[in-house]
Amino acid sequence: MTVDWRPTAEIATLRERARLLAEVRAFFAERGVWEVETPVLGHGGSTDVHLASLSCEAVTPSGRERLWLQTSPEFHMKRLLAAGAGPIFQIARSFRDGEVGGRHNLEFSMLEWYRPGLELDGLMAETEALIRRVLPSDPGPLRRRRYRELFREHLALDPFREPLGALRRLAAETGGLGMAEATRDDCLDLLISLSIEPHLGRDGIDVVVDYPASQAALARRHRDPEDGEWVASRFEVYRDGIELANGYDELTDAEEQRTRFEEDNAARRAAGLPEVDVDERLLAALEAGMPAGSGVALGLDRLIQLALAKAGVAEVMAFATPRA
Amino acid sequence: MANYSTNEFKGGLKVMLDGDPCAILENDYVKPGKGQAFNRVKLRNLMTGRVWERTFKSGESLEGADVLELDMEYLYTDGDMWHFMKTDGSFEQYAVEKKALGDTDKWLKEQVVYTVTLWNDNAIAVNPPNFIELEVTETDPGLKGDTAQGGSKPATLSSGAVVRVPLFINQGEVLKVDTRTGEYVSRA
Repeated sequence: MTVDWRPTAEIATLRERARLLAEVRAFFAERGVWEVETPVLGHGGSTDVHLASLSCEAVTPSGRERLWLQTSPEFHMKRLLAAGAGPIFQIARSFRDGEVGGRHNLEFSMLEWYRPGLELDGLMAETEALIRRVLPSDPGPLRRRRYRELFREHLALDPFREPLGALRRLAAETGGLGMAEATRDDCLDLLISLSIEPHLGRDGIDVVVDYPASQAALARRHRDPEDGEWVASRFEVYRDGIELANGYDELTDAEEQRTRFEEDNAARRAAGLPEVDVDERLLAALEAGMPAGSGVALGLDRLIQLALAKAGVAEVMAFATPRA
Repeated sequence: MANYSTNEFKGGLKVMLDGDPCAILENDYVKPGKGQAFNRVKLRNLMTGRVWERTFKSGESLEGADVLELDMEYLYTDGDMWHFMKTDGSFEQYAVEKKALGDTDKWLKEQVVYTVTLWNDNAIAVNPPNFIELEVTETDPGLKGDTAQGGSKPATLSSGAVVRVPLFINQGEVLKVDTRTGEYVSRA
C-alpha cells in the first residue's frame, strides 16, 4: 500500500492562505492591535461541558505534571489584558478532542482578539470589517438577528417560553433521536444546528445576538429589552451556513467566573465527563482587575475556506489530522 | 458485539438500530458555536434497504451488528426457499427466504455469484452482480435492418425480468443487462 504523504491542501491554496494571513495581520496593524503569542500548553483547561480538552504529561521545572492543550488562547490572553496589554490579537493553534468533520479538525487556527474599552457593537463592526477584508467579493449586507426571532421565524416558537416537553418532542422529531431526558439547552442546540444554522448567512452576513443566559459561557448577561428576560451578551457570525466567529462582552467578575467554572465541573460530573483543572491564574488575574471590554474568536480556517471557495477546512490546511 | 461510539462511525460500519442491522453511509459532525455536538448519520437498514437519517448526541454509542457480506453462487429454488452456496470451497449452503431475496428474484440465474448479506448467520439480503447475461424468452419478432437507434420494445428474460430492448433483438438471444438500472446494455 502506498503511504499518503501529500498535503490535504494544494500548494497553490497554501500560497493563497499565506496571502490571507498577511492580510489579517495588516488589518490589525492598521488598527493598532498588536500580535501576541501565548502557550499552547497550560496548567488549566477549559471547563466548558461541550469542549473536550486534550492533556499530556510533561517534565517542567516543578517536576512531572499534567498540562492541558488549549481549546482557545482565551485564558492566557485575558491575563495579558489584566496586565495592561491593551488591544491584542493572536493566531493561535487550538485543540479540541473529538471534533472531526468537514468544518472541524482536531487542531485548528483560532484568530482571537480583544478590545479593552470597546462595546460589543463596536467589536461586531470590526469583525464584519475583517471578514469583508478577507472575502474576495462583497458578501452582501450584515443582518443582526436575535436568537428568539430566529426560532420564531423558522420554528414558530419562543425558545425561552416554549414548554420543555414540547421542545423535546420537536427536537426528537427533527433529529430522529430520543430527547426525553434532554435539557432545554440541548434541545435548542439541536434545533438551531439542524433547522436554523443551514439558512444563516446565505445572502449576507448574519450576526446572531441575545442568546439564552444559560449559554453565556464567558460572556456577561443583560436584560432582553423586550421583556426583561436575561440574555447572554454574545454574538455569533454566520456566512453560508457556517459559524465563523463568537464574540463576547467579556465577563470580568472573578467571583462570577469561579461560580461558572464550578457549575461547569458539576455538570461534567453529572454527565460522567472528566473534570478539568480550573485555571486559578485566570481567576487571580480577574481579581487583580481585567479592563472591561469585548473579545472575539474566529475560526480562521473556515474563513479561508469560504474565501477560497473550498469544500472543507482540510482543503485549506497543509495536513489535516488524518494525514498529519 | 462491541459498541461503537459516534466518533468511530464511518461508512460501511454495521450497527444495530431499533432492532435492525444497519450500515452507516455517512456521518456528519454538527456543533453549534457553544453547545452540545451532534452527529447526523445516514444509515441503510439492511432488512428493508431503506435509508434512515438519524441524529445522535456526540459520544453516544450503538451496538455493532454481526453482519457479513459473502459471495455465493445461486443453486436452485424449491419454491419456498432459494439456495445459495459459498464460493470459498466450503460448499456450505444457505437457504434464503423470499423476503430477503427482495427484487433480486428477477435477476436469478444458476451458477451466477451474488452478494449475500448474513446477519447472525441468517441471510437477510441478496444483491446481484452489476451486470448479468440472460436469455430472451419472449419478445416481438425482431425487425430486420433496424440496427440503428430508434424504438424499443419489452423483452422477457429467462429470470423473469422485463427490460426495454432495441427492436432488432430476437427471442433466444443472450443479452447483457445492468441490474442496477434494469437497462439493456448490449448483446452478450
